[in-house]
Amino acid sequence: MKTWDPRIEEMPQDELKKLQYRLLKTLVYRLYSFSAFYHERMKDEGVHPDDIKSLEDARKLPFMTKSDLRDNYPDRIFTAARDELVRYHVSSGTTGKPTVVGYTSHDLDLWTTSLARSLTACGLGRGDVIQVSYGYGLFTGGLGMHYGAERIGATVVPTSVGNTERQIELMQDLGVTAIACTPSYLIHIGEVAETMGVSLQNDTDLRVGILGAEPWSEQMRDRISSQLGIRAYDIYGTSELSGPMFCECTEQQGIHIWGDIALTEIVDPDSGEPLDPGEKGELVFTILQKEALPMIRYRTGDITSLDVATCACGRTHPRIGRIQGRVDDMLIIRGINVFPSQIEHALLTIPEVGQHFQIVVDRKGALDTLLVRVEVGRDAFSDKITDLMTIKETVAHRLKNTLNVNVGVELVEPGSLPRFEGKAKRVIDRRVL
Amino acid sequence: MEKKSEYVIKQISVFSENRPGRLAAIAEALRKEKINIFAFSIAEANGFGVVRALVDNPERAHETLTDMGFMVSFTDVIAVKMRDEPGGLYETARILGDAGVNIEYSYAYSGKDAAVLVLRVDQAEEAIERIIEHGGELLSRSLFT
Repeated sequence: MKTWDPRIEEMPQDELKKLQYRLLKTLVYRLYSFSAFYHERMKDEGVHPDDIKSLEDARKLPFMTKSDLRDNYPDRIFTAARDELVRYHVSSGTTGKPTVVGYTSHDLDLWTTSLARSLTACGLGRGDVIQVSYGYGLFTGGLGMHYGAERIGATVVPTSVGNTERQIELMQDLGVTAIACTPSYLIHIGEVAETMGVSLQNDTDLRVGILGAEPWSEQMRDRISSQLGIRAYDIYGTSELSGPMFCECTEQQGIHIWGDIALTEIVDPDSGEPLDPGEKGELVFTILQKEALPMIRYRTGDITSLDVATCACGRTHPRIGRIQGRVDDMLIIRGINVFPSQIEHALLTIPEVGQHFQIVVDRKGALDTLLVRVEVGRDAFSDKITDLMTIKETVAHRLKNTLNVNVGVELVEPGSLPRFEGKAKRVIDRRVL
Repeated sequence: MEKKSEYVIKQISVFSENRPGRLAAIAEALRKEKINIFAFSIAEANGFGVVRALVDNPERAHETLTDMGFMVSFTDVIAVKMRDEPGGLYETARILGDAGVNIEYSYAYSGKDAAVLVLRVDQAEEAIERIIEHGGELLSRSLFT
């Protein structure tokens, strides 16, 4: 099968716009009537559902950001009753509190449908064996891909992350044809395979990689294709949208965003003004059909551009280009979102260290490393090495608990880290994508 | 009691990142202030270290290094004279061991008159008392002020 749902995916653009408008209108009326949060937000902005008279009027609606979720932790802006929820996923927030996303069974179905279309678009289907090496659990990657792959009739090998040698053995023994993971983890798998004397290109049936959850580049794509002999596809999603949702088709000319699921805008990150197709700006989504946690004009913080032309594959839905950066200082370490502000908050709870810190991100082999350099507090200084080691371990432990990634810690002399008067530049990113 | 505290010496301890030039910066500061170093050691951990030194003027050394931004603290240690011949270290170590005094860390130097063992112990007074009892000799704090 080449197209999962041709009726929708190849719908003429004017019809698609009409459908989007209908869905938007329904959504806005529903939220205005049933959600105190959205009702107030719209009143503050002076917008009434009646003001939405065309699809373009969506821009009259107020934006949402990640902090709306944090401020309403865990579920105060959910618009489904608790017993209607069938799942939670949790991702990192910008500070101490994480972001919780709830799903009704309809929401899960929508998510799975979106992935079924996306996976079909990159040539997968019944007969494929898909190894899901995204993390299973609170992170959306594993479970999301899992159900998407099952929906298209593929066979899933739910390996999750880690135990790389075993992953490679299973890949050979079960005839895996596609793998879903972060691009850096796939490169790592390739390196480990080499040390095992296994060539992914010659000794496995692997032909497709569905890669995402972290920024990567065309150079990495070329490297993966030439070294591992597979076709690598870019996939996009965030937990606020549901999880991984949208993927490239075999044309590889951008990521198709299913218009009946999401209304896509690109806005100027400073002014919030809409930008034209082709212009680079912040990606903003309205999720048109979600029940538990509808997002209206959600500012993703990701920078990209939009292409509205019908794709050579015949799909009429708009496409976004590669993610080119962030409007904020969010880092993605091994697929996990890390905000410097989380590190700041965690350090504030440890009296033995100062409030100044520096983050060094690097890539050792294929995997990202995160090092936090922090000053020892003068009062905490002890002549005993063991006391200092305890401080170091406390910091590493606290950061690991907060961020969910392993963090190297370096204790430095007080006063030695740079001080900032304006916007702090605490991150040194040495990764070359 | 008076007698015993006479042998408790103020060692300076300086936190230092483990990178080239840090020891030179500390030593240069002491040179400028004409502070003499009797004995010193570096304790090394992953990425950082602690420089420990016995100097002729610990107060001024503390002040100078602190003004330069270093993190400095005083630590009480004792300094035991040893016979500079085989068995010298054994004698001192045995006295402390028999007395149940634990050594946290130690370093030594061999000078003109004798070898000296600098000790950070968990019970300084007990250590001093036993060493004197066994006819041992300790360096007085007056040498380091």
